[in-house]
Amino acid sequence: MAISRRSFLKLAAGAGLAAGASLAPAPVGARPPVPRLPEAVGILYDATLCIGCKACMSACKEFNGLPPEHTDPRAIWDDPLDLSAKTVNIVKLYTHGSGLAKDREVDGYAYIRRFCMHCVDPACTSACPVGALYKDARTGIVKYNPDVCIGCRYCQIACPYNIPKFQWDSPFPRIVKCQMCDHLQARGSFPACCRFCPTGASLFGEVRELLREARRRLALKEGEPTWFPLRRVDSGSHTYRAAPAYLPYIYGEKDGGGTQVLMLSSVPFAKLGLPALGEDSIASHSETVYHALYKGMLLPYLVLSGLVYLVYRNTTKKDLP
Amino acid sequence: MAEEFVPVQTKVVTKPFLVLAALALTGLGLIAYRYVAGLGAVTNLSDGYPWGIWIAYDVLVGTALGCGGYAMAILVYVFNRWEYHPLVRSAVLTSVLGYTLAAVAIFIDIGRYWNGYKLFLPWQVNLSSVLVEVALCIGAYVVVLWIEFLPTLLEKHREHPKAAVWLRRLNHALPVIAAVGILLPTMHQSSLGTLMVIAGGKLSPLWQTSLLPLFFLLSALAMGFAVTAVESIASSYFFRRPYETPMLANLARVTAGVVAAYLVLRLADLLYRGAPVLSSGWLSAMFFLENLLYMVPLIFLVSPRAARNLRVLFLAGLALLLAGAVYRFNAFLVGFSPGPGWRYFPAMPEIAITLGLVSLELMAYLYFVKRYPVLPAQHG
Ligand code: SF4
Ligand code: SF4
Ligand code: SF4
Repeated sequence: MAISRRSFLKLAAGAGLAAGASLAPAPVGARPPVPRLPEAVGILYDATLCIGCKACMSACKEFNGLPPEHTDPRAIWDDPLDLSAKTVNIVKLYTHGSGLAKDREVDGYAYIRRFCMHCVDPACTSACPVGALYKDARTGIVKYNPDVCIGCRYCQIACPYNIPKFQWDSPFPRIVKCQMCDHLQARGSFPACCRFCPTGASLFGEVRELLREARRRLALKEGEPTWFPLRRVDSGSHTYRAAPAYLPYIYGEKDGGGTQVLMLSSVPFAKLGLPALGEDSIASHSETVYHALYKGMLLPYLVLSGLVYLVYRNTTKKDLP
Repeated sequence: MAEEFVPVQTKVVTKPFLVLAALALTGLGLIAYRYVAGLGAVTNLSDGYPWGIWIAYDVLVGTALGCGGYAMAILVYVFNRWEYHPLVRSAVLTSVLGYTLAAVAIFIDIGRYWNGYKLFLPWQVNLSSVLVEVALCIGAYVVVLWIEFLPTLLEKHREHPKAAVWLRRLNHALPVIAAVGILLPTMHQSSLGTLMVIAGGKLSPLWQTSLLPLFFLLSALAMGFAVTAVESIASSYFFRRPYETPMLANLARVTAGVVAAYLVLRLADLLYRGAPVLSSGWLSAMFFLENLLYMVPLIFLVSPRAARNLRVLFLAGLALLLAGAVYRFNAFLVGFSPGPGWRYFPAMPEIAITLGLVSLELMAYLYFVKRYPVLPAQHG
């Protein structure tokens, strides 16, 4: 009747091992953080330069073959309310109080562009069971391959910025997201949103150089006259204006393990709807928990051997019919 | 040798059976419509809430309700408690049905189902994805469960010489099958919890923790024991068979142990992380509901007098099943918030499809217990 002492001890040891591994939030074998790729490309978005013209939105749709969207049936223009399977880039507006002064948190307003951040260590690619979302090994662009996607939407659960969108109204749906105009880059061009931005608010370039440019801007004194590159960080053409009152923070430098899209603003990023993520990527955390249990399948294999032994002993002794 | 298991000798097609059939047909019709018109046409799923009740109920709760076979196998084969063997078969039947329908539900849920086989191509899968482990283990376990159920099917035709040969072979392989059948649910029931770790801050701290895998495993075990007890009492009642009272009383103690371990760990984890248990508004209410549903039955299960009362056992079992279901809904839907402006409540067709699948499951259960030797033979 009683549980045999020996078998109980064995099982307890196995269970203890499993529990121990999952109990330690960051065991010795925690997955190391992913470094930035040396040739990574990205976009620097400076909200203080953004005039809300939405040229990037229409350019994005035109060069990516995306249809306009009617959220209000009476509207006679493209009027997406948020990112969707038809809109992978959107300019949103923050307002407060009287909403009069641009780039001011109180009684002011500010624009904010939202699109895929092209994370250094993306949650979406860690989650995707079949590698349909994957990170280009050289440029770091996070791309989508519909030929393998099973449509499970785990990428949507995982992405901390809610970027991947799903075609809910199609019997043959796809995931849709910004792929940094990868097809244009393959032809030697660069993202449409940066090419058509009239103020340089969206700037394409290598992430290294974008980071340098962002730091240069943060070092400026408010009101100091300065120059801002247009379209690409290395384009050689500039606009000239006074430096705004930047928050001393580059969103995406470290956030969530870092992103290849970097942002500057005068209004706190939390107010603009960007999540506060901490410096570790959620992918590294999830994979640490997961790999603690499944590294090399060692633990499952050990448990299985123990189980076969116990069951064999218990069934043969009992002499089954 | 006396028969250990026998079929219930009654008609299969009864009035309740026809009601279930109607529900199942409605569900199947809507499923067909989903393949023509897309997921948006039958669900309220959105880019904010990409997973709804098909995942939360059909997969998470469905497979946990299907953990009866797993829980009983641990007791019998690992802890050598053969006195529970009479309950194994019906537990395996509920498991095989629950898991098979969960697999079907996943297939209805995934948008690009024609690529589904890619999950089984070793060079295609992403080994850091928790979903791969869940999918492969559930897939493999469905197969294992059907193998475990095979003797029941074969015994009915035991006069057939082929059937006898296969029965012997299966009995030979039993240790390995049973061991794999214990390992696989241990793996995927815990991994179902790990799935949400990557949702990070989108899941409320009342549920988001690195211990999600442990909690999902323990609560699945508790549900496995509870469902076995509830099923045993219900089938004795409906089919007018004697109750397995002493066995159930013992089972109650085992269940109480698992639930107590779960609650202690859950509380310790919340305290350690300093989770805002009281100040999360309506989430706090759902949190308390979930844990009261664990605590109240636990109080009854540990009292030896109450544990011999079948009515108490039955209600306690139901409460524990509900507790596990609420925990799963909380951890995947209620506590999940993709940001302001997103809301989710299942659409009517979405609910009808789930109801249809559950009806199919019940119909299959009734068919099998009335045609195959599933329930324990009457002793005395
Ligand atoms: S923002 Fe989201 S979709 Fe884009 S790379 Fe990061 S995790 Fe993936
Ligand atoms: S929906 Fe497609 S891209 Fe997203 S996680 Fe699933 S398989 Fe990957
Ligand atoms: S990089 Fe291309 S796809 Fe991405 S937001 Fe800009 S224009 Fe759109």
